[in-house]
Amino acid sequence: MHDTNSPQIGRRGFLGLAAGATALAATSGEVRAASVPTNAKIVIIGAGAGGTALANRLVDRLEGAQITLVDPRKEHLYQPGLTLVAAGLKPADYVVSETTDWLPKGVTLIQEKAAAIDPVAKTVSTEGGQTLSYDFLVVAPGLILDHDAIEGLSLDMVGENGIGALYAGPQYAAATWKAASKFIEEGGHGVFTRPGTEMKCAGAPLKHTFLIDDRLRRAGNRGKAEITYGAHDSALFGVPIVSEKVRMLFLDRDIAPVYQHTVKSIDAGAKRVTFNTAEGTEEMDYDYIHLIPPQRAPEVIRQSGLSWADKWTDQGWVECDMATLQHLRYPEIWALGDVAGVPKGKTAASVKWQVPVVEDQIVSAIAGTEPSETYGGYTSCPMITKIGRAMLVEFDYNNNLVPSFPGIIPPLEELWISWLMKEVALKATYNAMLRGKA
Amino acid sequence: MKDLTFSTLIAVFEEIFGRGLFWAMVIIAAVVTLGYLFVLIRDRAVSWRKFLWAQLSMPVGAVLAVWFVMAMTHSAPSDIGGAVDLIVFLGVAVMGAVGMAILVYTLESLVKPPKTNRES
Repeated sequence: MHDTNSPQIGRRGFLGLAAGATALAATSGEVRAASVPTNAKIVIIGAGAGGTALANRLVDRLEGAQITLVDPRKEHLYQPGLTLVAAGLKPADYVVSETTDWLPKGVTLIQEKAAAIDPVAKTVSTEGGQTLSYDFLVVAPGLILDHDAIEGLSLDMVGENGIGALYAGPQYAAATWKAASKFIEEGGHGVFTRPGTEMKCAGAPLKHTFLIDDRLRRAGNRGKAEITYGAHDSALFGVPIVSEKVRMLFLDRDIAPVYQHTVKSIDAGAKRVTFNTAEGTEEMDYDYIHLIPPQRAPEVIRQSGLSWADKWTDQGWVECDMATLQHLRYPEIWALGDVAGVPKGKTAASVKWQVPVVEDQIVSAIAGTEPSETYGGYTSCPMITKIGRAMLVEFDYNNNLVPSFPGIIPPLEELWISWLMKEVALKATYNAMLRGKA
Repeated sequence: MKDLTFSTLIAVFEEIFGRGLFWAMVIIAAVVTLGYLFVLIRDRAVSWRKFLWAQLSMPVGAVLAVWFVMAMTHSAPSDIGGAVDLIVFLGVAVMGAVGMAILVYTLESLVKPPKTNRES
């Protein structure tokens, strides 16, 4: 061993010092706002992204509140992952967890469907016959994918005969990849569609188109394939500046857009789709078709008189204030997530920005203070344009771009860093949001 | 993104690599760093001969780090599309290079401690 006159440090002593330093560093904690004491009864219909995140935050902010969630689904789905599953980039179980994994202690989960809401008597009845009274109600049940509205389609067809439908759930997203893989190998005519109704994540049909285009190129089969994208109106995306960018990318990728085309029916045997168009109907043969059905508020919302009477009358979204999400006729009810009748915001990123607003509204109502948070329509869409690149598109109600990293991550550039965010950082941020931490 | 906290960052990294692999890598990185500090304090001098080998290993570390990140994220160098991408790419390479240099130096020092009687 070596020989010096200065004090010695052995391995063991050094490790002891290091352990002490680590322990010291780990003890710094977060300071939380003092919680508001209450015995309010809060019912949240839906334990998806919105309901779960809100429950976690309310538990921290309120002391003594009776918080009840009503949701029949045992599985929690990380829906932003479905596009990755349908492009063969992630397995189906990537998007699946348990509803109960995310709920805080001290809340009650009733695993039943909400059957009726009486906003005058302030009660919610479940399918199992329970009646819950509430002081505050948050409706966050998500939306209904109306696959039956596409004539000739049933979900058991997905994966066969060139039919894809990635919105329908993880197993269908995986089946979509099966059908798409065949198209990628054999080529032919790929038709990509979207519904005419409001829909969650309006970027997803575009992402699927871009990803399958890229898969064809990687397989060396792009020359054997023709791609058509059917837009429901006269734009490719609701935000004009983004729509123009997508139009240019489609031009670059040789993807042919057709406008004012919504799917009326399919003939799975003949592989033929019929579109409703501005002029009437139009038939198109396909080798692969991606279908996204019309989307509507759940029946319980529409039947309980919570929907707008003069807007989206075929879809039934909740009549609420754009900025506070509070119901316009029943002040003790808030809408959250997909079901809210607001112009934008059917994405998980929107939920992340909506949850603190509803939380603030409810806590302020209980504490008797003035709420200060508002929702400006923030929506984010990491628009994948190929495997390895995306555009981090963020916008608000007014179609303004609101980039999180201005000057560093330009929203309309195809970037690797934006892909990294979608592929690796988004789910982690989502999970943190569910726990009320982001 | 609304706010980026330290716990969000940890959650992000757990997601990227999987919880087990991420924490294993953190522990390995911590052990190597501690080992490096240990040999520096123990030897009270930098051995330039060992440092030369450490420097020579840096390009290997850079390439390995880039390959690892690309493989983990279904990406390729051709996906670099802008200035910020290049910065991230080079950042990964630099971290790999520095990490490798520290690792090689530490291993060398632990395996062959200096013969202090004559050398210094």
